[in-house]
Amino acid sequence: MHDILNDTIASAPLWAIVVTGVATLLVHAWDEKSDKPVFWIALAGIGVSAVLTIWRAPVAGTAYSGMLKTGGAASAWTLLFLVATLLTLFIAWDSLGKAAAPRGEFTILVLFAVAGMIPFSAGNDLLAVFIGLEILSVSLYTLVGLTRRRFASNEAALKYFLLGAFAGGFFLYGIAFLYGAAQTTNIEDIARRFAQSNFPVLFLTGSALLLVGLAFKTGAVPFHMWVPDVYQGAPTAVTTFLITGGKAAAFGAFVTVFTMTLGHASARFAVVIGVLALCSMVFGNIAAIPQTDIKRMLAYSSIGHAGYMLIGVQTASVEGAGGVAFYLLSYILTSTGAFGVVAAMENEQGEGTRIEDFAGLGYTKPLLGALLSLFLFSLIGIPPFSGFFAKYYIFLTAIEHGDLWLVLIGVATSVVSLYFYLRVMVVMFFRQPGENQPVPEAGAWTMIAVVLSAAGVIALGLFPGTVLDLITSVF
Amino acid sequence: MPEEYIPIVLILLCALAFGMVAVWLSRILGPRRDYPEKLTTYESGVEPVRTAHERFSVKYYMVAVLFILFDIEVVFIYPWAVRYRALGWYGLIEMVVFIGILLAGYIYILKKEALKWD
Repeated sequence: MHDILNDTIASAPLWAIVVTGVATLLVHAWDEKSDKPVFWIALAGIGVSAVLTIWRAPVAGTAYSGMLKTGGAASAWTLLFLVATLLTLFIAWDSLGKAAAPRGEFTILVLFAVAGMIPFSAGNDLLAVFIGLEILSVSLYTLVGLTRRRFASNEAALKYFLLGAFAGGFFLYGIAFLYGAAQTTNIEDIARRFAQSNFPVLFLTGSALLLVGLAFKTGAVPFHMWVPDVYQGAPTAVTTFLITGGKAAAFGAFVTVFTMTLGHASARFAVVIGVLALCSMVFGNIAAIPQTDIKRMLAYSSIGHAGYMLIGVQTASVEGAGGVAFYLLSYILTSTGAFGVVAAMENEQGEGTRIEDFAGLGYTKPLLGALLSLFLFSLIGIPPFSGFFAKYYIFLTAIEHGDLWLVLIGVATSVVSLYFYLRVMVVMFFRQPGENQPVPEAGAWTMIAVVLSAAGVIALGLFPGTVLDLITSVF
Repeated sequence: MPEEYIPIVLILLCALAFGMVAVWLSRILGPRRDYPEKLTTYESGVEPVRTAHERFSVKYYMVAVLFILFDIEVVFIYPWAVRYRALGWYGLIEMVVFIGILLAGYIYILKKEALKWD
């Protein structure tokens, strides 16, 4: 009895989300039109979970017979997911309402996705990680196909499902190999077992397969095929969730498995992860140049950003892990802001995301135009905003680790990214709006999300050291 | 190591040979008296009149998904039943939570009328 109580208290943030998810499910089952109560219950649940996460943060440990990491680094990841979810829900309320998409189901599925993200990023046992991955993935597949009557949404859902299931297979196969090598699925035990540097082939094969599964989820080249189609085809609110929460969960798991736990062994994979980072940075930033749709452009640029974060992962150090978490926080705030503006630009059919559609936005809607510019500047990495420090810390860690080649490529590709981000600004401020071009109306919740994100981006840019120290202290 | 598998290979070959010989023998030894009724798809019953490539109701899909869901629930209950005493209260409470979550899903299904046939 005593164990149950301890485990439940230790994993209280997860339980808060699970209970909220089930509660919203039941509320929605009783009343089809209960979007509003479901939304408020979800907000309350996320708030409670955040408070519990902060409360448990100083007590790092494990729960459920060492299946789940709790407190410490796990708290940092959980908070990232909760921030991403909260901002996404705000945007979704207006954006899905406009598209007449089911907001209640969206909220429920998002909560279940978070319930998957937490064990995915904080699993101390490969099976817990895998179950988290599956709960997260199944929720995301459904979310991508949320607008059932839209062709692009269906196509995206099917593509994501088929490729995701395939990648999940790689991950599970990797677990099987590691179990064969170590006779356990507990990550810490596996790491202890292979503390010397002679790794058996089984262990290396298993780790490589795990790497494929995780690289797929992060959308790193060459496992990026699904990213542009899925991010473009999914409803904008869902894309926001994929690019913020989905990416954070994938990197959380990547860092937990490869950096924090298999630390010694992952040095063997540093070069492999470094090459993935290099390919992602080069491909993502170059492929974003010819795009005409802003969702697709941001999708390609997200591949590039995955590359920058992988530089932090491959250092396999605490500083690297802290840098990745800081980058994710900055990226979550910036992306939600940018996608909030995109969601406001969309019409009922999900059209209006071409870059031409933004012509003259700087004059017709000065606030939206200015905010989008701020987010794009942060994505490029211009100094007063958080994006600069995110890249700076990652590059700094990599230089101290002796990976100058990656940093040089990273800086070069950042310069390339100037072109396609600035082009949006040129269209916004130096082009006349077309005839009959509708003037977008941003809903109140969207504005709250966008302004909060902007405040976060500026605050992180002003006090980066404080936040980074706070994040690094829990790893 | 490989020689241990020789008996298995032999069994496989025997089975294959026996099956082929049996089919072949019945073909040449058996009497064949064909007449039109015998060559139809069914000697008795309803005449097949439509194409076999027919669309069938998507409702089957719903039932199939729900069946798999609750079928797997039972798969999880079996190992718990085997270790019931060893797992004690901890196992019991975990199982109640697990079934409770599934029950919430079941109520959702009922309320959304996913099990209503039309």
